[in-house]
Amino acid sequence: MEESILLSLLEKNARREVRDLADILQESEENILETMTQLEKEKVINGYHTVINWERANVDRVSALIEVSCQPERDYGYDRIASMIYSYSEVETMYLMSGRSEFIVMVEGKTMQEISNFVGSKLAVVEGVTGTSTNFVLKKYKTAGIILSDDQDDEDDRMVVTP
Amino acid sequence: MYEELLNKQVRELKPSGIRKFFDLANTKEGVISLGVGEPDFATPWNICEAAIYSIKSKKTHYTANAGLLSLRKEICKYLKRRFALEYDPNKNVLVSVGGSEAIDLSLRAIIEKGDEVILLQPCYVAYEPAVILAGGTPKFIELKSENEFKLTKEELLAAITPKTKAIILNFPSNPTGGVMTKQDYEPLIPILKEHNIIVISDEIYAELSYEERHCSPANFDEIKDLVILISGFSKAFAMTGWRLGYLCANETFLREILKIHQYIIMCAPTAAQYGAIEGLKNSQKYVDEMVEQYKLRRNYIVSGFNRIGLPTHLPQGAFYIFPCIKKTGLTSLEFCEKLLEEENVACVPGSAFGEAGEGFIRVSYAYSIDEIKVAIEKIGHFMEQYL
Repeated sequence: MEESILLSLLEKNARREVRDLADILQESEENILETMTQLEKEKVINGYHTVINWERANVDRVSALIEVSCQPERDYGYDRIASMIYSYSEVETMYLMSGRSEFIVMVEGKTMQEISNFVGSKLAVVEGVTGTSTNFVLKKYKTAGIILSDDQDDEDDRMVVTP
Repeated sequence: MYEELLNKQVRELKPSGIRKFFDLANTKEGVISLGVGEPDFATPWNICEAAIYSIKSKKTHYTANAGLLSLRKEICKYLKRRFALEYDPNKNVLVSVGGSEAIDLSLRAIIEKGDEVILLQPCYVAYEPAVILAGGTPKFIELKSENEFKLTKEELLAAITPKTKAIILNFPSNPTGGVMTKQDYEPLIPILKEHNIIVISDEIYAELSYEERHCSPANFDEIKDLVILISGFSKAFAMTGWRLGYLCANETFLREILKIHQYIIMCAPTAAQYGAIEGLKNSQKYVDEMVEQYKLRRNYIVSGFNRIGLPTHLPQGAFYIFPCIKKTGLTSLEFCEKLLEEENVACVPGSAFGEAGEGFIRVSYAYSIDEIKVAIEKIGHFMEQYL
């Protein structure tokens, strides 16, 4: 089975039924289930999350993208400092980057105040961190490949029957 | 009284079977359709952007009759890269308003009254009227389901008469999804050559070949100069509404075909041509992604249809399946009307593509898996009364 195709199908829709996956990939259902279990065990699949537009759900959420500069440590490089940061549950996503700052840290909170507090009292004071620059998200247009904009027209405007 | 003012041949043209069914389906609300012959994907954004930029840059004039030379060059590079076909952009290529114009041009350029043109049924709805309007006589070969709707040597030989001028081929096929491989073509080539039959090869679905690289009759050097290759951007690049196609032929054919095009059309739309250049230069990745999606959908829909009791073979190209509905005892049209009435699902009766399509329906999988899933459930429910 082409695992990469199974993975991209699940990445787009984790709720796809096993029988449907089996039909798409021309495999048995058992085979699909086994492969998925194996991929979960190997931590290739790390969860089945949902893409939610919180704004539409009328739930207040604030996201920020924080550039974090730091001084790497002898023997550990960036990894130990990173673990000091990503261990906070407020941190949604974290990458080591090329470019201006060492890390990009994405943080979610209920209010801007909450995120500012987190940056000031937790993030900036991690040993080795030399600076932070916080960028608040004003509007999400697209996330995980999905366009969230209100005026996105998903309507199928093709004629019902064409040659 | 106005009827009589019209051309008799036009009056006698049968309206397309698809049109009739379209009118019916259009009277219903909330129809779940598997009846569409065009991609569901939007045109890749880089192509749209290139066309918009061309307009902003005031490139809004006529182009050369044969199309922008830069586009013709890209078409030649593309055909060489993808299908190992060699054409000269200055002598062998014409950019048309969709593949449809190219088919009409080809027929008008070659047909004399009484010439026979072989059509393989079931076939795309426009071929027969195009032959008639050009003054030709359509001669049908009924392709067989058991041959996977491929053309055989015996069928071809039986259809050839002294009046045979041309044959229209369309592989991968709308409506059957059938393909012809190099091996399938090989026995036909000497026959076509011996009888000097012009091959109008509509290869609009060439990119949508799922198992093997597409083979064109123009890949056979023996008959390459007899082949008028027609393709376009509609299916592979999801550009149906842009109306842009092209035609490749030997220098003599092209010169004469170009005369008709230049008098009746002048040139294909300029913005669309600029979009197409970007398409050919920088969009293979998007084409490949779409083809991959179609392939997965094909697997899915074929499994689904076989499960609900409608025998369907795995087609190797285009985005249609052509399931057999004979066990229901209904005609194709009855089946589709009843399915629309009872389940609000639209498919196209196979008979709309000629008599050889009777007993089959054309089902498009240019839809998302989720849409196909709902449609299969409904058709499955419909089929319960026949199991």
